[in-house]
Amino acid sequence: MGDSKIVAESSRQNANVVAECLRSWNPKAVAEVIEFRGETTIVVPRELLRATAERCREDAKLQYNLLTDATCVDRYPAEPRFELSYHLVSIPKREKVRLRVRLGGNDAMVDSLVPVWPGANWLEREIFDLFGIRFTGHPDLRRILLPDDWEGYPLRRDYPVEGYRDVPSPGEMFRKSSTP
Amino acid sequence: MTTVDTVTGTAKTMVLNMGPQHPSTHGVLRILLELDGETVVKAVPDLGYLHTGIEKSCEDKTYSQVITLTDRIDYLNPLGNNLVYCLAVEKLLGLAVPKRAQYIRVMMVELQRISSHLVWLGTHAIDLGAMSVFLYCFREREEILNIFEMFSGQRMMTSYIRIGGLALDPPTGWRQAVERFLRMMPGHIDEYEELLTKNRIWIGRTKGIGYISPKDAVALSMTGPTLRAAGVAYDNRKVFPYSSYEEFNFSIPTRTESDCYARYLVRVAEMRESLKIVRQTLDKITNEGPIIAEAPGIIPPQREKMKTEMEALIYHFKIFTEGFSPPPGEAFVTVESPRGELGCFIASDGSSKPLRVHFRSPSYINLQALPKLIEGQLIADVVACIGTIDIILGEVDR
Repeated sequence: MGDSKIVAESSRQNANVVAECLRSWNPKAVAEVIEFRGETTIVVPRELLRATAERCREDAKLQYNLLTDATCVDRYPAEPRFELSYHLVSIPKREKVRLRVRLGGNDAMVDSLVPVWPGANWLEREIFDLFGIRFTGHPDLRRILLPDDWEGYPLRRDYPVEGYRDVPSPGEMFRKSSTP
Repeated sequence: MTTVDTVTGTAKTMVLNMGPQHPSTHGVLRILLELDGETVVKAVPDLGYLHTGIEKSCEDKTYSQVITLTDRIDYLNPLGNNLVYCLAVEKLLGLAVPKRAQYIRVMMVELQRISSHLVWLGTHAIDLGAMSVFLYCFREREEILNIFEMFSGQRMMTSYIRIGGLALDPPTGWRQAVERFLRMMPGHIDEYEELLTKNRIWIGRTKGIGYISPKDAVALSMTGPTLRAAGVAYDNRKVFPYSSYEEFNFSIPTRTESDCYARYLVRVAEMRESLKIVRQTLDKITNEGPIIAEAPGIIPPQREKMKTEMEALIYHFKIFTEGFSPPPGEAFVTVESPRGELGCFIASDGSSKPLRVHFRSPSYINLQALPKLIEGQLIADVVACIGTIDIILGEVDR
């Protein structure tokens, strides 16, 4: 238990450093700071995402040079339903942080981060493919895992796990027969 | 299609379709190659042939049921996938794993790393025409799979690592089996190196091929041996230690040439480092001790207790019917898989099924750099470059 306390402490320090750095650059950049299990999440307004990401990479105190992951969570039926998470790592500073943008279902659109990290290309294509979020300024926004003529966005919560079928699958029939 | 200048005047480029059924693509990867003679002008990878929607399937499974799916993501590193998923769930729950289980986990994933690198070395060598290395590598891999079978009853899809610890206690005679492997393996690695490291054909096919600058590699989010061969010593086991890796003494092999040959040398050196770690775990793993955390309602009770105590029986029933519910929140954990940084992101909404499980698969992201590696090179080098990234299509497409 002692170890987890130390981890929580150091992450709080890191959260403070990142939030302060970003606030001193633009007070509007940090909408919220979330701490959970020693992980720091900085919620960023949608318009400022690309500028904030650039700042995270360029600032000498932060140096988040590696974008490890970008993914999305659909909180349907809550609104704003989409939560985009960008996981950044600073190789020189040995720190991690998560940037988050919340998007409503009606205009799920956000600036692409490809100009900041070219590695965001396929990560954003995957999110576009499976969640239907559009990235403005992306050089090649096509489906990547699914066929080009696929209908719908399967990782949305309102898309059934077994897909749309003409004939119910054995799983569905089982569930129907087992619900009273 | 574009036009290019040649010795005899301008000419049109040709588009060649490589794959999806091509032996060197290690699965079903399709690459559209635009060629000027034998030189690659442009390369566009096309994937998704093995997309099975594992992340979607996770939505309909309880937290413990997902473990069997993780085995199937990267089929050369099932234990690593189990580990990253379990670490993420344990982080969500705030669960501490007993030290003995952590050490056994380390031993298993390091053996897995060696076996994965062996498959890589064998198939990479066969792609470039060295048939015999393949046979040797698979001979030793079999020894590792036998150890896995001893521990878990399965050679490949082990599901041995569970939330909170391990599925089973190590079997009798496991120590002798691992020691025997540790005794013979260094000699076998020398054997592969004798066949390849100074082999003129091997050097000719790999040296100076597929260069990427360290700056580009980081910008393209590359990780693992490919990044370390470019001179960036980024390894999750050292930078963000998990599962008690900070207690082990090992080094991170790096090179600066950043070509296929450097990546080969890095991976071979990594196998030797993994052997060092396995040797250290043998001293740390005690013969007695818990292999799974004590957490009623989350970890299934022991069989003995289940038959004598009423509460244990109720917990057993509840865990296997409705599962357990972690608090709402997110956890992102990264580990070092044989291919690079393997991450698992779990979002929980407080119910017994995950809201979202996402795997940051290193193959998928490293493959993104393929066009950068092969543009301007010859067709024959495309095969070397695909091999050197060490992609597993099951993990790329998930």
